Amino acid sequence: MIELTINNIKVKAESGMTILDAAKSVGIHIPTLCHMKELFPTGACRICVVEVEGMRGLTPSCAYPVQENMVVQTNSSRVRRARKTIVELLVENHPQDCLICVRNKNCELQDLSEKYALREHRYAGEKKDHAIDISSASMERDPAKCILCGRCVRVCNEIQKVGAIDFTNRGFKSNVTTPFNKGLNISDCILCGQCILVCPTAALREKSHSKEVADALNNKKKYCIVQIAPAVRASLGEEYNLPMGSNVTGQIVTGLRRLGFKKVFDTNFAADLTIMEEATELIHRIEEGGKLPMFTSCCPGWVKYIEQNRPHLLDHVSTCKSPHEMEGAVLKSYYAKKMGINPEDMFVVSVMPCTVKKFESERPELSSEKLPDVDAVLTVRELVRMFKMAGIDFDDLPEDNFDNPLGESTGAAVIFGSSGGVMEAALRTAYFKITGDNLENLELNDLRGMGGIKEASIKISDKDVKVAVVNGIGNVGKVLDKIEEGSCDYTFIEVMACPGGCVNGGGQPIHQKPEKIRKRVQSLYEIDSKSSSRMSHENESVLKIYDELLGEPNSRKAHEILHTTYVDRKIHFRK
Amino acid sequence: MITNIYSNYSKNDRSSLIPILQDIQEEIGYLPESELKRAAEFIGIPLSTVYGVATFYNQFRLTPLGKNIIRVCRGTACHVKNSANILQALETELRIKAGETTRDKLFTLETVACIGACSIAPVISVNDEYFGRLNVKDIPKIITKYTRESKLKKSAETTMAGQ
Repeated sequence: MIELTINNIKVKAESGMTILDAAKSVGIHIPTLCHMKELFPTGACRICVVEVEGMRGLTPSCAYPVQENMVVQTNSSRVRRARKTIVELLVENHPQDCLICVRNKNCELQDLSEKYALREHRYAGEKKDHAIDISSASMERDPAKCILCGRCVRVCNEIQKVGAIDFTNRGFKSNVTTPFNKGLNISDCILCGQCILVCPTAALREKSHSKEVADALNNKKKYCIVQIAPAVRASLGEEYNLPMGSNVTGQIVTGLRRLGFKKVFDTNFAADLTIMEEATELIHRIEEGGKLPMFTSCCPGWVKYIEQNRPHLLDHVSTCKSPHEMEGAVLKSYYAKKMGINPEDMFVVSVMPCTVKKFESERPELSSEKLPDVDAVLTVRELVRMFKMAGIDFDDLPEDNFDNPLGESTGAAVIFGSSGGVMEAALRTAYFKITGDNLENLELNDLRGMGGIKEASIKISDKDVKVAVVNGIGNVGKVLDKIEEGSCDYTFIEVMACPGGCVNGGGQPIHQKPEKIRKRVQSLYEIDSKSSSRMSHENESVLKIYDELLGEPNSRKAHEILHTTYVDRKIHFRK
Repeated sequence: MITNIYSNYSKNDRSSLIPILQDIQEEIGYLPESELKRAAEFIGIPLSTVYGVATFYNQFRLTPLGKNIIRVCRGTACHVKNSANILQALETELRIKAGETTRDKLFTLETVACIGACSIAPVISVNDEYFGRLNVKDIPKIITKYTRESKLKKSAETTMAGQ
């Protein structure tokens, strides 16, 4: 242990700890911008500078380790003046349009400007001028709002290992952008939106579908249906300042009805349906010698990744559509017919914790006769904006239940929102389908948690089935390399592009609280453990749809409605 | 298209990025998009990183050079003598910005920190010829001179080729 003094307070810190963390342990907050927990410090933004006795200049506390008997001042007038100047310079090179900005009141630059009491414009000068990139289906890049903290670059390169964007040029012309400053749509970007979650300003944001949704809701001819993803219910409450991990399913349903949706369904229904199809596909592949290992296909970011980077391995990916697309497809075929609604008049909205789902909903493969399975995708943030505009306040909002039949679901479906959940749900059903019995212990703890690659081996009848869960697209490279080498002994692999799964998706509420993933995951597993039914093959509505429409899993009809195809998108070297 | 430079380097070695870019530029005169993609693939790093490095250093060019290279001195002495106006006049005359090449590939316009001819500020150089104590009115004359010379050269070449 090392003893030091911070602001005249004696602090005990472990050796190797930074001044920033040591200060935090005694409740002294030091502002940061470029700092990212778990990653090597860059010390680029200098906002975290402190005064260390005996040192000439100011020291970046995020990058400097504590030393015995160090005397630190985090709040001297010299420190405050330096920080204020940094904020002033950033603000002066930033558009002054907070009032009409999507991140108004949730912006780190705005917070700093308030904290350091900026009251006048002291530096007039040239401002950077960059075009907005609206080329992709899911995201917008507005480099004029970028403060060059580099967090998006680091998340993209070091965590996701996609490397779609990087710093380019230098000095005043510095800009975070794609190769050759071309659109995101033709870059290596998989649109996972992790960069949006770490962006301190509105330089990165989702492409909004809320206008399309509002127009459809106003259109009397349209029969508007909405579905919500599993991970949405565990996070949306945070936007209303509820404790992290609050389960607000009932309030969301009420809110959606008040917005004017005719039916409110649960993507969990389709998650159960996905499990029936995917587990059956897996069993077929095992029994009939199909391509193994088989990958899950629920995550469109992962699908886009393999299409762009290793298209020759696409036949390892399950052909199942992702759950919300299945729900949309069932709505526009089975449900439309059952209710006597013309599918062309239907407008299906998905509320997702995800940005890639917007891109996915526009894929031509995911439509039938030019009618997309899903018409619009809202992120959690967009839905909350619509709620607030409509005067929907969660404080005294009554709870309501989903409509049926496409609202019924099991515990297996809700854990789709967490890394490892799809695998767990699939194994529960695959085990039953092969052995005729249910798993003794439904909770597969090896597959839970924040590990990068989680493995488990399960004895099904006399066979040991080895499975893996890839948590975060940055970990998938090693697994794909193994398959290429022929040294991969997994049978079934789940991949989620976002670290932690959909609970940490690019469409989730934006804040940097460290406990968010754990709390949201906990909430989903709690819903599962309290469910009366925890296995997809016990979902009565799903069984009914097989009776009435599909026949059996992987039947011809099921393939027509619930399965899809993939595209080779390898862009490097494409002429 | 170049083939031989990669034999000097081993694959997946990040530290060879800058030497590879230098070699490409040495052979082709600039860094074409296709070659940057090849380099990224060879070294095993994202194209965005390669592009970032290529745009960071002044020595790398992403567009081919024009026949004539105009360098405008933006050093302190020239700045005091209004070199900003000279640069603007050139940009207007050539209809390009500093760092760009004209469509007809006749001129590339660059700025440099200091040419080292402060006594005749403001100064520009065209290829290896220097023009000092400039006035914005001199700019069109200089451009016309080089345009005419280049055209003469070209027609001489075509005549030679015809014979």
